[in-house]
Amino acid sequence: MAEKRPAPRVGLFVTCLVDLFRPTVGFAAVKLLEDAGCTVEVPSAQTCCGQPAFNSGDRKTAQELARNTIAAFEGFDYVVVPSGSCGGQIKKHYPELLAEDPAWAARAQHLSARTYELVSFLADVLGVTDTGARYDGTITYHDSCSGLRELGVKEQPRRLLASVEGLTLNELPGAEVCCGFGGTFCVKYPDVSNRMVEAKTADIKGTQADTLLAGDMGCLLNMAGKLKREGSAIRVRHVAEVLAGVTDTPPIGEKG
Amino acid sequence: MADTSSARAQILGGIRKALGSVEGSEDARKRLAVHPRNLVPARAQLQHADQVELFTRMATEVAATVERLPGLSDVPRAVAEYLAGLNLPAEIRVAPDADLDAIPWDQRPTLTVSKGRARDSDGASVTGAFAGVAETGSLMLLSGTERPTTLNFLPDTHIVVLKRSQVVGTMEDAWDRLRGLGVAGTMPRTVNFITGPSRTGDIEMRIELGAHGPRRLHILLVED
Amino acid sequence: MEPTTHAFPENARKALSDERLQKVLAIAPAGFVNRRKQAADRLPEFEALRDQGRDLKNHVLANLDTYLEAFESKVTEQGGHVHWCRTDQEARDAILGICRAANAKTVTKGKSMVSEEIGINDYLEANGLTPIETDLGEYIIQLRHEPPSHIIAPAFHLSKKDVEGTFRQAHTDLPPDRVLDDPKVLIAEARTVLRRKFQQADVGITGANLMIAETGSTVIVTNEGNGDLTQILPRVHVVIASIEKIVPTLEDAALVLRLLARSATGQEASAYTTFSTGPRRPGDLDGPEEFHVVLLDNGRSALLGTEFQEVLRCIRCGACMNHCPVYGAVGGHAYGWVYPGPIGSVIQPALLGVKEAGHLPNASTFCGRCEAVCPMRIPLPKMMRHWREKEFEEGLQPAAMRKGLGLWAWFARRPALYHAATRMAIRALGALGRGKGRFAALPLAQGWTKHRDMPAPEGKTFQQMWAEQKGKR
Ligand code: SF4
Repeated sequence: MAEKRPAPRVGLFVTCLVDLFRPTVGFAAVKLLEDAGCTVEVPSAQTCCGQPAFNSGDRKTAQELARNTIAAFEGFDYVVVPSGSCGGQIKKHYPELLAEDPAWAARAQHLSARTYELVSFLADVLGVTDTGARYDGTITYHDSCSGLRELGVKEQPRRLLASVEGLTLNELPGAEVCCGFGGTFCVKYPDVSNRMVEAKTADIKGTQADTLLAGDMGCLLNMAGKLKREGSAIRVRHVAEVLAGVTDTPPIGEKG
Repeated sequence: MADTSSARAQILGGIRKALGSVEGSEDARKRLAVHPRNLVPARAQLQHADQVELFTRMATEVAATVERLPGLSDVPRAVAEYLAGLNLPAEIRVAPDADLDAIPWDQRPTLTVSKGRARDSDGASVTGAFAGVAETGSLMLLSGTERPTTLNFLPDTHIVVLKRSQVVGTMEDAWDRLRGLGVAGTMPRTVNFITGPSRTGDIEMRIELGAHGPRRLHILLVED
Repeated sequence: MEPTTHAFPENARKALSDERLQKVLAIAPAGFVNRRKQAADRLPEFEALRDQGRDLKNHVLANLDTYLEAFESKVTEQGGHVHWCRTDQEARDAILGICRAANAKTVTKGKSMVSEEIGINDYLEANGLTPIETDLGEYIIQLRHEPPSHIIAPAFHLSKKDVEGTFRQAHTDLPPDRVLDDPKVLIAEARTVLRRKFQQADVGITGANLMIAETGSTVIVTNEGNGDLTQILPRVHVVIASIEKIVPTLEDAALVLRLLARSATGQEASAYTTFSTGPRRPGDLDGPEEFHVVLLDNGRSALLGTEFQEVLRCIRCGACMNHCPVYGAVGGHAYGWVYPGPIGSVIQPALLGVKEAGHLPNASTFCGRCEAVCPMRIPLPKMMRHWREKEFEEGLQPAAMRKGLGLWAWFARRPALYHAATRMAIRALGALGRGKGRFAALPLAQGWTKHRDMPAPEGKTFQQMWAEQKGKR
C-alpha cells in the first residue's frame, strides 16, 4: 500500500492580471489545488514576474523582479501559476536571465524546476483526472502561445475538460495561432493586433460554442474585449473557473 | 578582374578574431577528409528490390512517369510509343553517351534520332542517368563530354534511361558511388538531381507543370 | 532599394486596408503551413534532422574561416574565381566588373535573396546592362518594379488577374484578344518570352542555397529549372552567395536539403537540385566558360560571437514567415526591405541598423510559432528580444512606453506599496466599469479600446481578498 505522503506545499503565483482583473481565477486555482490535496499559500511579497520589462528589452528590471519572485517563493515544494505566459517567464526565462549571476543562477534553476502552469500541474504532476465540476454548455478552447510552446500545455486542459459533466468541446480551428495580444504589442501595433484578434473571433464564432476558454488572462481580456465589441454573446472564462466549478461570477467583460 | 585580397584578409581576419581562432581548425579539416554521414532516414534503407519499388512510387508521386523495360533493346519502341501516345513528333535529341550506344535506334526507322547538346528547337531528349535515388524518386545526372546538361532542361519532354542497378537508396549512397569513380575530389561541372518535371507555384500557389524546364519527365527503368 | 522599414506601422496600415492582399493572405500561408506539416509528419526523423541541422550549422560557424578557405581553394583548383566582398557596394562592383569583362549586355538571373540585398538589378541597369529575372515570381515583380513579398514566393501577394495585367502591359506583342485567365497560359507566355532572353544572355547570375567546402561546389534548389538555364546557357556563370551558406561536405548538403524543401514548400525534394563546380570542362558540349563566386559578408561576420550569431544558421526556407501571424496580417512589403517575416525582424536590424529597422523586432507577440517550425531551430523570438534590449540601451523606445513601464517596475520592486497602490487603482477602475462590465473607451488605453472593449476588473485585488479571507479561514 502506498504510504500517505504529506500534502505538497504549493505557492500560488497569482499573476498581475489575475490579481488585478480577475481574482476569481485565483480562487478557482486555490480550490483546484486544495481539492487535489495541496496546501496552498500566497506569498504577499510577490508582485510581477517581470515579463513586461523582459520583453521590452529592460533586462535589468527583469532581473530585479526575477530575484524578487525567487525570494518570495523559496521553500515551497511547488510554485503554480494560472498562466502559461508568466509560468513560462519563471520556468524558461529566469534561468537564462540570471545565468551569469553567481548568487542567483542556482536559485533561478531551482525555482524553475518547481514551477508549473496550473492545469499541467494538476494533470501531469498531481495526476488529477476528474475535477468533479459541472458546466452546461458548449465550449471552445484557445491554446495560449507561451503555455503551448514554452510549456507544452495542450492535452492537459482537454483531458480535464472532458471530465466536466455537461460540457461539450468544439475544437477551435487555428487554436494554436496567436490571438494578437502579445503584451505591449497590442497597444504598440493596435491595427495589426486587431487583424489578428478579428481572425480569432471569427474562428471562435464559427465553432458555434457558447463559451470560450483559455489559460491566460492576457489572451482572455483581448478576445473577450473583441467579442464584446462585436456584440457577441459568447461567454469568456479562464479554464480554471470551469474546472473548479467557480462560475457564479459574471464572465469576463460582462456585468454582474 | 579586381583584386579582392584585402577584403579577403579582412573578412577572414574578422572571423578569426570573433572565433578566437588563429590557424583554422583540425576538427574542420578532419570533417572534410572523412565526410561522415549524418542521420540518414530509414525510409530508403531497404533491399535493392524494395528500393526500386520506392523509387518508382516516389517518382510517380511527383508527376514523373515510369515504364519498366526488359532491356536496352526495348528503348526505341518504348520511346516511339510514348511520343506517339502524346501526339508528339517522333524526333529525339539523344545524349552522345557511350552508355546509350547499345540502344538499337535503327529498329525504329520512323524515329528521327540526332545526337548532341540540346537546341532550342528540340522537343524531346533522351539521356542516361548516373543514379536514381529511391528516397525521393530523384534522378541524378552528371555533366560530361558525352552528357550535355542542356538536354535535361531545354526540351519539353525529357526521357531518361535508368538502369535498375543504378537505383540507390539515398543521396548519400549516390555520393559514395560518385566518389567510387576514382575522380577523387573532382565533381563534374554539373550534378543535377531531378525530381519530377519542372513546376511552379508562383501564381496563386497553384502548382503547374512545365515552367522553364521539361513539362514531362519519363523514366525508362531498364533491367540489367 | 531604399528601405521603408522605419515606416512599418504605416506600411502595415496600408497592407491591412488592401483588400486584394488580405484575400491572398487569408488563404496562401495556410497552404504552406499544411504542406509543411504533411511533409514533416511523413518523415519520422524530421525532428532529429532539425537537431542535426542546428548542430551542423553551429559547427560551421565555429569553423567558418577554415571552411571558406577550403571552399575557395577548391573553386580555384577547378578553374573558378572567388571574389571576396565586404559590403554590398563591393559585391555590386565585382559583378559589374565581371559583366564588363565579358562585354555583357543581357544578364539573366535566378532567384537570389542576396542579389536583392545588394540591389544588383538597379545597379546593372544604371550601368547600361539589362538584368532579367527568370524565376516566374521574380520576373513578374521585376516587371511591376516591386520588391519580393516572400523569400520563396516573391509574387505571393498577387492574383492571376494582377499577373495578366502586368503581362499585357509589358509584353507589347501580345494580341489583345488572347485569353490569359488561366495560370497555365500565363506560365506558357512567360516561358516563351524568357526562352528568348535565356538565349540572348551573356552572363547568368544565380544565388546559392549552399556552398560546399569539400568540393568547391555551389548548390541551387529550384522547381522551375530557370536557375539551370541561367547557368548553362550564358558564357559566364556568376554565383552570389553570403558567407554563412557554406557547409563542409556533400553529406552535410544532403542533411540540409532534407530540411530545406520540406520546410519551404512541403516537398520531399524540389524538382531541381543542382551542384555546380567550376566552369565547363574541356570537351564539354555546354556549360559556362567562366565560373565566379561573389562571396558576400555585408555585416555577417560581425554577428559572430554576439548574441545574434545563431541567426547565421538560417537557410532561407521561409517557414517562419508562413507561420507568422504578423506576416499573415500584413504580408511581406510592410517589412519595408528584402527580408520579411520573423527572419527579417532579426536580420534587417543587423543589416540596416536598429534606427531604420527597430520596429520589426517589436512588432511581434513572441508567440513562438516561428521558432517551433524553423528547421535550424533558430530562437527567433529571443533574438528579437535582444534587439529590443539594444534599443532599450540606446534609449530608442517611445518615451511614454518607457515611462509607463518604469513606473510599473518601480512599484513592482516594492511589494507592500505595489499591493496598496493596485488595490486603490482597481477599486476605482472596478467602480467605473461595474455598470457594463467593460469599457468602450479608457484614457491611456486608446491603443486597446480603439478596436476592442476593455473588460472591467472585479473591483478588489486577489491579494486583498486573500488577506481578508485568511482572517476568516
Ligand atoms: S529563420 Fe528558420 S524558418 Fe525562417 S527562413 Fe531561416 S531557416 Fe527558415
